[in-house]
Amino acid sequence: MTDSKYFTTTKKGEIFELKAELNSDKKEKKKEAVKKVIASMTVGKDVSALFPDVVNCMQTDNLELKKLVYLYLMNYAKSQPDMAIMAVNTFVKDCEDLNPLIRALAVRTMGCIRVDKITEYLCEPLRKCLKDEDPYVRKTAAVCVAKLHDINAQLVEDQGFLDTLKDLISDSNPMVVANAVAALSEIAESHPNSNLLDLNPQTINKLLTALNECTEWGQIFILDCLASYLPRDDRESQSICERVTPRLSHANSAVVLSAVKVLMKFMEMLPKDLDYYGTLLKKLAPPLVTLLSAEPELQYVALRNINLIVQKRPEILKHEMKVFFVKYNDPIYVKLEKLDIMIRLASQANIAQVLAELKEYATEVDVDFVRKAVRAIGRCAIKVEQSAERCVSTLLDLIQTKVNYVVQEAIVVIKDIFRKYPNKYESVIATLCENLDSLDEPEARAAMIWIVGEYAERIDNADELLESFLEGFHDESTQVQLQLLTAIVKLFLKKPTETQELVQQVLSLATQDSDNPDLRDRGYIYWRLLSTDPVAAKEVVLAEKPLISEETDLIEPTLLEELICHIGTLASVYHKPPSAFVEGSRGVQHKRLPPRAGSGESTESPDVGQSGPSEAPPAVIPSQGDLLGDLLNLDLAPPTATVPSVQPSMQMGAMDLLGGGLDSLMGDESDTVIKLSERGTAMPASLGGAPAVGGGLGDLFDLGGGVGMPTGSYVAPKTVWLLAMKAKGLEISGTFARRGGIIQMDLSLTNKAMSVMTDFAIQFNRNSFGLAPAGPLQVLTPLSPNQTIDVSLPLSTSGPVMKMEPLNNLQVAVKNNIDVFYFSCQYPLSLLFVEDGKMDRQVFLATWKDIPNDNEAQFQIKDIHLNSDVASNKLQGSNIFTIAKRTVEGQDMLYQSVKLTNGIWVLAEMRIQTGNPNYTVNGNKET
Amino acid sequence: MIGGLFIYNHKGEVLISRVYRDDIGRNAVDAFRVNVIHARQQVRSPVTNIARTSFFHVKRSNIWLAAVTKQNVNAAMVFEFLYKMCDVMTAYFGKISEENIKNNFVLIYELLDEILDFGYPQNSETGALKTFITQQGIKSQHHTKEEQSQITSQVTGQIGWRREGIKYRRNELFLDVLESVNLLMSPQGQVLSAHVSGRVVMKSYLSGMPECKFGMNDKIVIDKQGKGGTTDDSGKSELGGSGKQSIAIDDCTFHQCVRLSKFDSERSISFIPPDGEYELMRYRTTKDIILPFRVIPLVREVGRTKLEVKVVIKSNFKPSLLAQKIEVRIPTPLNTSGVQVICMKGKAKYKASENAIVWKIKRMAGMKESQISAEIELLPTNDKKKWARPPISMNFEVPFAPSGLKVRYLKVFEPKLNYSDHDVIKWVRYIGRSGIYETRC
Repeated sequence: MTDSKYFTTTKKGEIFELKAELNSDKKEKKKEAVKKVIASMTVGKDVSALFPDVVNCMQTDNLELKKLVYLYLMNYAKSQPDMAIMAVNTFVKDCEDLNPLIRALAVRTMGCIRVDKITEYLCEPLRKCLKDEDPYVRKTAAVCVAKLHDINAQLVEDQGFLDTLKDLISDSNPMVVANAVAALSEIAESHPNSNLLDLNPQTINKLLTALNECTEWGQIFILDCLASYLPRDDRESQSICERVTPRLSHANSAVVLSAVKVLMKFMEMLPKDLDYYGTLLKKLAPPLVTLLSAEPELQYVALRNINLIVQKRPEILKHEMKVFFVKYNDPIYVKLEKLDIMIRLASQANIAQVLAELKEYATEVDVDFVRKAVRAIGRCAIKVEQSAERCVSTLLDLIQTKVNYVVQEAIVVIKDIFRKYPNKYESVIATLCENLDSLDEPEARAAMIWIVGEYAERIDNADELLESFLEGFHDESTQVQLQLLTAIVKLFLKKPTETQELVQQVLSLATQDSDNPDLRDRGYIYWRLLSTDPVAAKEVVLAEKPLISEETDLIEPTLLEELICHIGTLASVYHKPPSAFVEGSRGVQHKRLPPRAGSGESTESPDVGQSGPSEAPPAVIPSQGDLLGDLLNLDLAPPTATVPSVQPSMQMGAMDLLGGGLDSLMGDESDTVIKLSERGTAMPASLGGAPAVGGGLGDLFDLGGGVGMPTGSYVAPKTVWLLAMKAKGLEISGTFARRGGIIQMDLSLTNKAMSVMTDFAIQFNRNSFGLAPAGPLQVLTPLSPNQTIDVSLPLSTSGPVMKMEPLNNLQVAVKNNIDVFYFSCQYPLSLLFVEDGKMDRQVFLATWKDIPNDNEAQFQIKDIHLNSDVASNKLQGSNIFTIAKRTVEGQDMLYQSVKLTNGIWVLAEMRIQTGNPNYTVNGNKET
Repeated sequence: MIGGLFIYNHKGEVLISRVYRDDIGRNAVDAFRVNVIHARQQVRSPVTNIARTSFFHVKRSNIWLAAVTKQNVNAAMVFEFLYKMCDVMTAYFGKISEENIKNNFVLIYELLDEILDFGYPQNSETGALKTFITQQGIKSQHHTKEEQSQITSQVTGQIGWRREGIKYRRNELFLDVLESVNLLMSPQGQVLSAHVSGRVVMKSYLSGMPECKFGMNDKIVIDKQGKGGTTDDSGKSELGGSGKQSIAIDDCTFHQCVRLSKFDSERSISFIPPDGEYELMRYRTTKDIILPFRVIPLVREVGRTKLEVKVVIKSNFKPSLLAQKIEVRIPTPLNTSGVQVICMKGKAKYKASENAIVWKIKRMAGMKESQISAEIELLPTNDKKKWARPPISMNFEVPFAPSGLKVRYLKVFEPKLNYSDHDVIKWVRYIGRSGIYETRC
């Protein structure tokens, strides 16, 4: 019997005929009719009109027919919700069937019908199926919870299905475990902050056991889930790695890649000097190479991932260059990827082989591939200095072939080689100039013009060459126009006598006849420079250029880290974070590698691993919108929303002046975090515009210090103030401290860019208390890539004053050789409490009475478990002095004084009830 | 996860369309047709992103299979699944062609319903699937309760690839060691890269749930045994392998029946095999490969309109062995107008449509050599671009394993049934074939 006949009928009146057949008494005819309906549905015809007739066929003991009807239902139920209800009874009945295959079929299909009324009826059968005696039904029900969650998340939570699903992780059947893990992972993705998966050593152990027993697909679900776990310490990390490594021998490439992901991630936590670390590195190479003998599509996925792995850990594949040699019959997408990896692996040891290969490729047929091969030769020259000469001669050979696109590509890379090795290969310029006429691509033209301008003094007819480009100036692309403008100005500065006319011509073309603002601006700058100070112009335009860095196309480190966490997935294929191509909430969660284990550090302290992650900034890739916003308002808010907060956001303005810094001073490692809103309610409305004082007092209970010891003022841990992404690779984190009466700003500058940074300087905007740097920023040595430097900057309070919003906001500008960057941060007010703030008792008493009521504020500090003496000691460390203490009705009353750098006195009364962790503070301010 | 799965013919007409997720609309079907199938260039990437929807596609003969998603799915898994889907279909109805797909569309929908649930791949072993997806209009009553639970426990169980209660009068197994040897050689005869990718394919006709143990001349195992001084008598050349020298295996992967953790810790290969034919393992070696043939090319350009080509092939293995199906393919330039060939052995022909001279030799013993010379007349062209000179490629088949791999033993234990390892009839065969075996000229 052939079914293809169902695809053929297209005559009119078909629907009517089908209707008749569906209602036929003969079973065979009915089935034939349903098949025709499905065939029509497949090719895109609308057969929804037959809904009631098809649903009528559902009550059958023929499993094949039943499945066909279900298929129809899944497609059309949404458009016919009322009639879909007719099917509910059958579903519910089938969920009770004796045959587990039918029970599972019913629950599986019901989950696919996205009609509210049906989902209501689904709950009870689903609950039963989740506890079914048959594993086949349970594994189907597990997935069904994810389906239901997709339709109605609230319903799933209300019905308690999530807990049942969690229980299934301990199921005896490995496939049930795997499906439960898959469903939970998916649900957890849409609730980024819920602790839904709740991975702990016990569940991890269960997963690792199931890993050995379930299907290849189940292994993938489990490994992908494992990858999101953060082991407590390096030992746990190692033991998981040991149990995952056998998966590297699985025949399924996806299992292998997911295992690689887990290992790459957890390796991060292993100390580098550990023997096992080396063993693991060695174990990773062979399976990665084996992936290259898979089908071409999988090879492509593997190569995209290897590209990431090679950037993260070049040592793994450094000896495997040969396997990436391109085969003649490889599909083009495989060839291009292999080429990329070859360049990444190129080193002095293998460069001869690589070059021979690249030369071979440059004669191939595919234009893109040839271009990339030529470009690769140039990149080799820049990367491996010893090979530069050979690369240049290879490129010259290629130029001799006169194949148009080869020549153009070669010229573009030769320009880069000049930039890297100045005054070495200029002898080839003559050959390049011969090919001037064949250049028709902007990039190649721009490169050639740059070369002519840069070496104008060595090219006799440089002026003629450049003039020839000038004729069609307005038809050129911007890139070429800009390059031409600069090149002619360079030429003029080198040979002023003969080229005056030419330079005037290009300046007027750029400034008067062009609509392009970039071009016009550059034209005017040159014009003014040349007319006001030709010597300065020479210094600017002919300045010595910094050498270009070795690798220009590396993926930015934070993005690379995120992509490593997504090995095997689409993100790793696109080399983009999921948020760039996934809609809705699913992609938003950014993944990060676990903190690197310091190789010198003792492996005994589990805390190292734990405290790390909450301090490091998360990898946030700003979207375009963010950047725009930043440009407009200078990004006044610190990145508190994403950094596990040590400094809450400042929404309450001046009123919250002290409260804002509260948590930062609290400095408790446990969870004594005071929420802003709670404080808000405790504050009387009568506070008016006066800055509240008392709130800040709470900050000063430095619970971290030893009990009863005056430990000096509390210093908050450093937070990130300036993200590398917003500052061309410069990352700044910092905090403030008061040491021995001197205010200091502690900064950590990290260079996450590829080039060296020098010439640092810092400046503050005017601020509420006149904070200003007391000396220059002392960064004496250049900051090389990936290096971090710690600096303490002493501050004075003698700068210009301007009231800020919030009061303790500080806007900072930092300059280096690259650019000027702006950020803002907030300092704790306690920074400004001076050492001589202890008021005489009598004066205190008098002043307290004199202060008007509207200068008074009151609020509570919650959850502080200290007695009054300890509290008083701690506060003294921050220059909050206790003047007097009395005990009234079991309450300790502390009277305290504080003096600010600008001479403002603050007086406070603190009420501490023994056993009650909440303190009440009355604050008074005297100006 | 996978949001939908479509199958198209070469014209882009939809043959199968199954949507699993709500975020995949009907327009996705058309988007793929327009942007990929109807695009007039070769495929530049097997993953295509169109309007925030990702399409994973593979082509089998002239049939397109496309998996669609809007999420950050495991890409390797999606491709593995598509290949598996092809395997399953082939196991059910043979070649994947438009006709076969149309003839079996109901079956395909049934399979898709079973092996992909909400886009999550489920058990896709044909051995298990065939027990309950049969396309014979089974009625639910046909299975007894025991049969039903046997099916479900097999589909979900630890040994999803084998059912209980298999019986054979004669317990027999066949092992095929199939290797493909790959070579890229420079014109000067320098080996640029060479590797063997091999497969051990097993056909098992064994009763019950047999526990098997497979051994080969793996260097790591042999060295370990040498050191430990333990002599494993049962493992000694039981299946005809000499077992003298050992080979270094770069990497190997196994069928899911093999206990990987045991291999990782003891490097022993133990498993309960599926019934019938399956691929037990794949491996890769790069050291001490026996290259069965050496190709020595000589290309000379005589003026602008003539090329002289001389190619010598030498066989490099025991003289008692015979290589078969030898074919040498010598590429010719696109502007070839005529070719004269002289060869000592076999037949050679210029095939204009393939731009190559194809030289075929039926059989050739080891340690022999043979030669072909050709004169190629060229049409004068003013094409600036030089001829790319594709490499000379070779095909052949030899009755040994170029990697040097030898099967040492395959032991079978079935504690419940009364047959022992000695009662099982075992066969081993070695076949070495050319993979991509190229010499640049």
